[in-house]
Amino acid sequence: MIEVAISLARPGFALDVTFHAGSGITALFGPSGAGKTTLLDCIAGLVRPERGRIVVDDRVFFDGATGAMLVARHRKVGYVFQDGLLFPHLSVEKNLRYGMGRGGADSEESFQRLVGLLGLASHLGKFPSQLSGGERQRVAFGRAVLSQPSLLLMDEPLAALDEGRKHELLPYIEALSRTYRIPVLYVSHAAGEVARLADDVVVLAEGRVVAQGSPQEVLGRCAGAPESRFERLSVLTANAGAHDEAFGLTTLHHPAGAIAVAGRISAGTSVRLVIRATDVTLASHVPDGLSIRTSLKGEVRSIEADDGAIAMVIVSLEGSQTLAAAATRKAIAALGLAVGQPIWCLVKSVSIDERWLAGA
Amino acid sequence: MTPLSPAETVAILLSLKVAAVATLVALPIGLAIAHLLARRQFAGKTLVNGLVHLPLVLPPVVTGYFLLLGFGRKGPIGSFLAECCGLVFSFRWTGAALAALVMGLPLMVRAIRLAIEQIDPRLEQAAATLGASRLRIFFTVTLPLALPGLIVGAILAFAKALGEFGATITFVSSIPGETETIALAIYGLTQVPGGDQAVLRLAAISVAISLVALALSEAMARRIARRATDVT
Repeated sequence: MIEVAISLARPGFALDVTFHAGSGITALFGPSGAGKTTLLDCIAGLVRPERGRIVVDDRVFFDGATGAMLVARHRKVGYVFQDGLLFPHLSVEKNLRYGMGRGGADSEESFQRLVGLLGLASHLGKFPSQLSGGERQRVAFGRAVLSQPSLLLMDEPLAALDEGRKHELLPYIEALSRTYRIPVLYVSHAAGEVARLADDVVVLAEGRVVAQGSPQEVLGRCAGAPESRFERLSVLTANAGAHDEAFGLTTLHHPAGAIAVAGRISAGTSVRLVIRATDVTLASHVPDGLSIRTSLKGEVRSIEADDGAIAMVIVSLEGSQTLAAAATRKAIAALGLAVGQPIWCLVKSVSIDERWLAGA
Repeated sequence: MTPLSPAETVAILLSLKVAAVATLVALPIGLAIAHLLARRQFAGKTLVNGLVHLPLVLPPVVTGYFLLLGFGRKGPIGSFLAECCGLVFSFRWTGAALAALVMGLPLMVRAIRLAIEQIDPRLEQAAATLGASRLRIFFTVTLPLALPGLIVGAILAFAKALGEFGATITFVSSIPGETETIALAIYGLTQVPGGDQAVLRLAAISVAISLVALALSEAMARRIARRATDVT
């Protein structure tokens, strides 16, 4: 159990954050400059807050009222930095072992197991400069986990990697969280990562918590008004069904309708999908002669519109999840959309990135 | 070149001894001061910085005079050290080493401080989150990463010690076999008629020593750099 309630003022920036986090992966989600890294630094003991309390598993890290502050090295907090921060003069093996105590056979066994889990066995003798970005981050994960932390902090661990490499690291993060049962605070501004990994999401903006909840609840109405319609997205949960070998498609079962996605996902796997509002087409009935494979049934819950050309239609899908769809005001008027009206949401399968789906 | 005269041999060996001892003793001191200046904020930081750098800007004769006042037989520090540990500086080779150390320290501190400031402080913070104590962080992260700067600093201090003249002659005079280093011997020889030949030989020798020291440091720095960043 992690309890954080701290405040801190810097020139041109203030942090005033209160949240609780439990086991599993809790995402700290928000735009750059929202204070996410400063928050992690406070929890790790690298920055001293001005007021408040930080308590992890009944251990008081910081208490502004008494002035108590546990120094970083006694907090047992594993920190994975954005750029890894591996020790450049030490081999991969020495980096991994840096935080390990002088344990006996037990720790040797856990070392070997982790090296296997992260696929680092063939890299142990190399130096960080000889590794790819993804390999370096895997070493950073391992180094943090081997210090036997009671809490793992990850500061945008994928941000420094190119787009293609990011999704390759996701299974490692999930495996670590599952195998070692360490609570993780995962900082990110990428909705795809958060939707895939997080059990719980804390949304930060300008140094404050603006929302907390499950990815489905929070990401959809994320931060109230995202700056652009391209950032508005919805998270749906669905179960993988049959895989169509001939066309390479997997059908996901959702109460509002079947969703077709590229690639193979083993049947029965629960999957979270991220659908951008700009990828949704609204229709009053399912038309013929379209390439669209996915149509989800629901009813209009609300319409967010102002004087601008573009409005946001929020649809309650059958089965209680919501989906945001961007449309021009003119189209909404032409369709005669009104709250409570039944509607079909059409989604191009190709707009769903299968690499971010669990089990993909 | 004819073989070295006994007097020349004595001056050369003395110079090497003085410079080596000055450099070795200066290393831990310089490292501690450089680390303090690079990584800590404390009251009086400017004063410490100024004191360390003073010998760089003062006339060496003045530095030597201050050493005489402080570390001479009747000086407060000098008399204390003589009594407690039998360490005497005045008119001894140890005094020449002390003068060389004080003159070389600012160069050494500058080089090491620069090297430490080049190290990303987040690396040291990462070590702290992994449970490392300050001492362990210093010896396993800061020091190895600052090693090239440490070597540069040591070479600069060694070179300065070999050539040191003003503070040494003021503090411990020029006594053959005790405090007369190559630099002092060259000066002495220029003051007597017919010493030209000997001056030339000693000058050539000091050039040779400096070149060897430089080559060694280059080789060492290259080895360290290769170990840290080589890509197979």
